[in-house]
Amino acid sequence: MLSIKNLHAEVEDKKILKGINLQVNAGEVHAIMGPNGSGKSSLASVLAGRENYHVTEGEVLLDGRDLLDMAPEVRAREGVFLAFQYPVEIPGVSNVNFLKTALGEIRAYRGLPPLEPREFLRLSKERQALVEFDAGLVNRSLNEGFSGGEKKRNEIFQLAMLEPRLAILDETDSGLDIDALRIVASGVNKLRSRDNAFLIITHYQRLLDYIVPDFVHVLYDGRIVRSGTKELALELEEKGYDWLKEVAVV
Amino acid sequence: MMTLYDHLVAACPRDAGSFAAFRSLGFPTIREEDWRFTNLAPYLKDDYRLVVPSPDVSLVRELLRSCAVDGWDAARIVFVNGVLQESLSDVPSTGSLSDVLVDTSTYRLAGLNAALSQGVGFKMARANKPIHLIHLYTTDVPAFFQPRVRFVLPSLAELTLLESSLCATGVAPVMINALLECVLEEGARLTHYVLQSGRKGERLLSHTQVVQARDSVYDNVTLNLPEADLIRNQLNVTLDGTGCECHLYGLYLPADHQLIDNHTVVDHRQPNCESNELYKGVLRGNARAVFNGKIFVRREAQKTNAFQKNNNLLLGDKAMVHSKPQLEIFADDVKCSHGSTIGQFNPDSLFYLRARGIGEEMAKELLVQAFGADITERVSSAAVQRHLEKHLHRERPIIHRYDVPKHVEHI
Repeated sequence: MLSIKNLHAEVEDKKILKGINLQVNAGEVHAIMGPNGSGKSSLASVLAGRENYHVTEGEVLLDGRDLLDMAPEVRAREGVFLAFQYPVEIPGVSNVNFLKTALGEIRAYRGLPPLEPREFLRLSKERQALVEFDAGLVNRSLNEGFSGGEKKRNEIFQLAMLEPRLAILDETDSGLDIDALRIVASGVNKLRSRDNAFLIITHYQRLLDYIVPDFVHVLYDGRIVRSGTKELALELEEKGYDWLKEVAVV
Repeated sequence: MMTLYDHLVAACPRDAGSFAAFRSLGFPTIREEDWRFTNLAPYLKDDYRLVVPSPDVSLVRELLRSCAVDGWDAARIVFVNGVLQESLSDVPSTGSLSDVLVDTSTYRLAGLNAALSQGVGFKMARANKPIHLIHLYTTDVPAFFQPRVRFVLPSLAELTLLESSLCATGVAPVMINALLECVLEEGARLTHYVLQSGRKGERLLSHTQVVQARDSVYDNVTLNLPEADLIRNQLNVTLDGTGCECHLYGLYLPADHQLIDNHTVVDHRQPNCESNELYKGVLRGNARAVFNGKIFVRREAQKTNAFQKNNNLLLGDKAMVHSKPQLEIFADDVKCSHGSTIGQFNPDSLFYLRARGIGEEMAKELLVQAFGADITERVSSAAVQRHLEKHLHRERPIIHRYDVPKHVEHI
């Protein structure tokens, strides 16, 4: 599904990705771990198409199509979803409207008519229940005055509504208490299927207790320095990241 | 050739005192501080007529239908080309006006209006049905119109007033010099919504004077839509009793080469009053806007709270806004603040929306609407709010709050 080859990127002339290679197939969950500043969130931003990130080398293909050539909205319509580390508050835009507009645009791109209001309502209720998102928040302005946990759950609610093929969770666990973490993880687990894939970016192993990854990659200084199965995450938890730095130097 | 000024002087009776300043100085020019950024000269060249043939009755009825507010039970007062149409109006008037409540030496356009138009007064009861005051303009020849209205709210009276100014037909240049006076006696409450939607060729000059007696409350929400060449509003509120409140909200949306100028004056003359003002603007294309907000706090007006804010979203490369807060405070025990911002889209917000599949243009529209929602949310009548938002989104049909069916509100 997603194929990243020798990806180099920089932001404000600072090199942040220095040759990432990654293959993600449908049905898989990949965890990207690494110390602060290793380039984890930058990778998410580059994949979603954030403007100030410049790709200097390499390619990213989504089902064989050049992802880097697409505008952010086209990537989203093609099925890429980024759950933001810091979801933006937009007063004056209601959550419902926002989702209705987003879903309408994605459906139109796929040649589908907008959902009937009744159908949208049904879907919305069903997905709220799935991710245990508070109904009262749905009608509020987008993320305005939401707590950190509510914002993150809103990201997962949006994910559930938009049904992306590739979901990138950028440190979704940061700032979550253990109950919220469990709810978010259970939402993701319910949304996992043979047709979609998840890229889970996290600093801690904690989230991976709940969302069991098929593969774990360790990012350090803009490169993947180690890949393995879920046991790698446990090893990191135990030893920290320092030993990897030495590996990277060698 | 006779200029517009010459025609007006010829039409004015010699003894009209309110005309004196206009007679000696003519139309304002950019050499005057209050008109520095709004040059009337280009708009005065057309061959305006002071009297035009009456428009077709069936056309007027059709236009009236188009400005009806769905689901709002209101009495109607209709002016066509500046003249009251009693047969189309539901509220009896108290006849023409013999005095003027505006300082016509300072505001000589208001003086011009008062000198040449007899005006119509309306005295309200204690409890009133909402009123929809409709100003329609329709002419095939260049014309200059001067509607003049006064509302008097006796002690403890309450009124919701929607003032729609609409120049809907034709292409001929139209200049309007309107005057509205509102008198709020003790404890009266006036909620005043203003919808100015014009067309190319329209030049609207409007002066509103509000005089508030003790414990009265005046709320104003003004919406300036694009299309008219020029809108210049002078909104003056005099807080002339203790315990008054006034709230002024405005949203201006000039596009192309339009100019929208809002001048406001809040004059605190007595202690223990409060005023709040928020004007927001979205400027596209080569549009220009002016916001000038004067607040006077006189020496007697201790314990005044006066706040003012002006925020602008500058979207066109050549758009320009002149924002000028002007506070003159002579009392020492007051709380006053003002602020002015000029900015563009927040790139993080824009990216967030796009990352959900919303196209760039649509995302910008959503952000513009969100920016304006601060103002439209101040409209407490749901029907009027829907009506204003409908106008707001007419040209750019975007999904908005009211496209979501009612039952969705209760998810």
